[in-house]
Amino acid sequence: MYRYDEFDARFVRERVAQFRDQVGRRLNGSLTEDEFKPLRLKNGVYLQLHAYMLRIAVPYGTLSSRQLRQLALIGERYDRGYGHFTTRQNLQFNWPKLRDIPEILDLLADVEMHCIQTSGNCIRNVTADHFAGVAQDEIEDPRPTAELIRQWSSLHPEFSYLPRKFKIAVTGAEHDRAVIKAHDIGLRLRRHPDTNAISYEVSVGGGLGRTPMIGKVVRDYLPKADLLAYLEAIMRVYNLEGRRDNKYKARVKILVHEIGVEEFKRRVEEEFARLDGPSVNADPAEVARIAAYFAPPAYEVLPTVSRVLEATKAANPTFARWVEVNTAPHKAPGYAALTISLKPIGQAPGDATSEQMRLVADLAEQYSHDELRVTHAQNLVLPHVRQRDLFAVWQRLGEAGLASANVGMITDIISCPGLDYCALATARSIPIAQAIQHRFADAERQRQIGELNIKISGCINACGHHHVGHIGILGLEKRGIESYQITLGGDATENAAIGEILGPGLAAEDVPDAIERIVNVYVETRQANESFIDAVRRLGLGPFKAAFQEVAHAVA
Amino acid sequence: MLLLDRTGTKTDVWTRSEGAAIDNLSHALVDWEALPDALRQKARDQRIGVSVPNHIGIAELKLVLRQLSLVSVAFPAFSDGRGFSLAKLIRNHGFTGTLRASGPLIADQFAYALSCGFDEIELPETSAARQPVEQWLAAASRISHGYQRGYGDNHNILDQRRAARAAAG
Amino acid sequence: MAAAPKRPPLPAILLANDLLDGDVVFASVAATGALAWTRDPALALVAADDAAAARLEAYAGSEFAAQHVVDAYLVDIAIEAGQPVPRHYRERMKTLGPSNRPDLGKQAGDGIAAERRA
Repeated sequence: MYRYDEFDARFVRERVAQFRDQVGRRLNGSLTEDEFKPLRLKNGVYLQLHAYMLRIAVPYGTLSSRQLRQLALIGERYDRGYGHFTTRQNLQFNWPKLRDIPEILDLLADVEMHCIQTSGNCIRNVTADHFAGVAQDEIEDPRPTAELIRQWSSLHPEFSYLPRKFKIAVTGAEHDRAVIKAHDIGLRLRRHPDTNAISYEVSVGGGLGRTPMIGKVVRDYLPKADLLAYLEAIMRVYNLEGRRDNKYKARVKILVHEIGVEEFKRRVEEEFARLDGPSVNADPAEVARIAAYFAPPAYEVLPTVSRVLEATKAANPTFARWVEVNTAPHKAPGYAALTISLKPIGQAPGDATSEQMRLVADLAEQYSHDELRVTHAQNLVLPHVRQRDLFAVWQRLGEAGLASANVGMITDIISCPGLDYCALATARSIPIAQAIQHRFADAERQRQIGELNIKISGCINACGHHHVGHIGILGLEKRGIESYQITLGGDATENAAIGEILGPGLAAEDVPDAIERIVNVYVETRQANESFIDAVRRLGLGPFKAAFQEVAHAVA
Repeated sequence: MLLLDRTGTKTDVWTRSEGAAIDNLSHALVDWEALPDALRQKARDQRIGVSVPNHIGIAELKLVLRQLSLVSVAFPAFSDGRGFSLAKLIRNHGFTGTLRASGPLIADQFAYALSCGFDEIELPETSAARQPVEQWLAAASRISHGYQRGYGDNHNILDQRRAARAAAG
Repeated sequence: MAAAPKRPPLPAILLANDLLDGDVVFASVAATGALAWTRDPALALVAADDAAAARLEAYAGSEFAAQHVVDAYLVDIAIEAGQPVPRHYRERMKTLGPSNRPDLGKQAGDGIAAERRA
C-alpha cells in the first residue's frame, strides 16, 4: 500500500498545525462560528446531537494493521471504545472533544492518516473497489488512480469552496463494487477496444440525496495521462456554474440535469482543450511511483483449491457456510478475499469496538500481508488470506463475535447513524436495522432468501444509500413521529438503478412486517436461481406493492 | 477597507469612479457596466481597473483584459469560491495586471487566493478587525507546498519529486 | 450563527452544545441566581412566560458571543414526573443519548454524575 514520502508527511503535519491554529482563532474570536464551521468540516469535525464527531479518512478504504491499531487506541483514549465504519469507507468517532482533536490528528499523522476533506463543500475522500488489486474481474488496480486524486484534491487552491460536496469513486473491475454511478464523478478503468490502452470511462452527475440521479458518461475513453487536466476542467465548470442559490440544487448532478449532459460535456471539453494539460497532469514517472506501492504482495505458489480448506469445510458446515458467503475469488491461486461482517445480529451496522479493531489488525498482520480494507457496505476485508488459513481466522473471529456469515444477505444492512447520533437526521436508522436483523436472524432462512441488500438512511441526504438498496428505507418525520418510506428495486452495481417508493410511510414497528411481506412475495414467486433483484426486475413493482399495501392499510 | 498582499498591508492607489466619470484619475476603478464608457474616455497615461461580479463570463471579460491594469473580483461571501476559478481563467487568458479579491475572505483562504493568481485582498473593516494582517501572513505560509501543478508554486510537491528523480538520474 | 430560530411554544428550556467539549448543556439557575450551564437536563430552567424566555434567549446570545457554546436554542417541553422533557423526539434524544446504547450519554449519567460531585 501507499507510504508517505517526506513531502506527504510534512503536508499532513502542517495541516494538523493549521487546524490547531484554526481552533485557537475560533476561541479567541478571530474566526466567527460561521467562518470556523466550514474549516472544521473540511477537517472532518461535525457537531452531532450529543457531541462532536470526527470522521477519519481511510483513502479508498485501504488500511494497514498499524493504522487500525492506532484507530483502536484513539477510540479508547479519546472516545468510548468504539468507532463506526461508514458508506464512504471512512471511520467516525462519535464522542471526541474539540479540545482533543488536534492531539488525535497528531496520532493519526504518526501512522500516515488524516481527516482532510472528509466533509465540507470540497472534493471528498476518494473511494474505490474494496477488492482492488485482488479481484479476478479486474482490469487494473484503481488505487493508484485514487491515490493520485487524493493528493491532487488535497487542499486544492481552486476547488476548496465548491457549491457543495463532491465525491469521486474509482473502479478497475467489470463488476462495480464502488457504486461509481452514484458519485459526482465515477471513473472506470477499461481497455480501449482498438489500441488496447488502459483508459478511463468518466461518468458525471450521479448522486443520491434529495434528487437521486445515475451518473452519465461524458468520456468513453479518457487517456490515463490526461486524468488530472480533465478533472480540473470538470471541476472548473462546476465551481463556476453549479448553483449556489439553493443547497439542495447545488450538486453537479443538478447542473448536468439542467443544462443537459451534452452541453455540460461541451463546456468541459472546451475548457479541457483550452487549458495546458502538460502543466497540470502528473508525469508518467510520478504515476509509476505511486503505482509501485500497490504491487501485489509476494504470494506463495499454491494449488487453486486447498485440500485443508475442503477438509475443514466438510467437517464443519457452519464454517463451510461462512466461507461460501464471506469469501470472494482471488487473483492468486489458493487465496481468498475475506469479508469480515460488521453486522452481527442486533449490533449497530458498521460499529466495531477497539478490541475488535485490534483483533482484525492482528489477523491482517498474521494472515493478510498486513493489509485490510473498509467496504462501502460497512464491513472489513482481509484481502489476501490463504485458503488453508481461513479456519484459523474464522475461529479467532468467532471468539470476538465477528464470524457472522451474512455478507450480501438480508441482515448485512447498510445503515447511517441516523437520529441516534446525527444532528441532520429526521429519524433513527440503527433500531430499524436491528429489528430487521432480529426478524431474519435465522441462518437457514437467510440462506433461502439469498442475496438481498437493505439500505437505511435516517434523512433525505441518503448517507445510507437507500435509493440504491434492493429494498431501501428512508426515515422521515411525519406529524411529530418517525415514519419510514420503503423503496424497491434500487441497485448499486453496474446496473445502477434508483428504487421506487412502494407506498405511504410506516411506523417503525411496522417496518419488519412490511419487509417480510415483500420478501415472501419473492420467495413464493421466484424462478429457479433467481435473485431478489432479478425477480423485482421481472415482476415489476405490482405484486410487491400489493403485499406492502396490506401492511400499510392494516396500520392506517 | 484593508488592502493586503503577500508582504503585508498596502496603500490603495485606485480610486473608485462614479459611473464612467474617470476624469483625470490616474488609477480609476470602474464597475463592469461602466467599463465601455470609461475605456472610450481613457487618456493615454490613465490606468483603468474594473470591478466584476464572480459570475461574469470569461468570454466577455477576455475581450477587454489587455486594456485593463486591474481586475477586482467580488467575493460576496467567503464560502462562494467562484472567484478562485474566475481568477484562474483570467490568468490562463494571459492577464498580467493586478488581480484583486474583494470581499469578506478569511485568512485561511489567502494561500488559495495567491495560488489562483490573485495579487491582493481587499477586506471589509469588520473582517479586518477580527483578523489582523499578521494572521494573514502566517496563514499564507502555513502549508509549505501543495500537490497541484500549475498554481503558481513551482515547488509544488509533484514537481519537487520530479526534480528529485532527475537529480537521482 | 444564522438568524435565531423563532421561539417555540412555552414552556421551554434552553439547550446548547459546549464549544470545547461538544456535549449538551442546559441553562439553569446557579446558587447566585445568575444563569449557568448544567449537563443535567433535570436542572434546566423552565421558561413559562415571555419574559423568562427572553432572558434565556439573551443568555444564548451572550454565551454564543463569548465562545462558550454553539447551537443554542429554546426547546418546548412538558413536565413529566416533575422534570422538563422535550416534546419533540429529536430534542428528547439530546437529553438522553443514543437509543441503541443505553450505556452512553446522559441516560447513563455522562457528565451529570461528575457535576453533582463538584
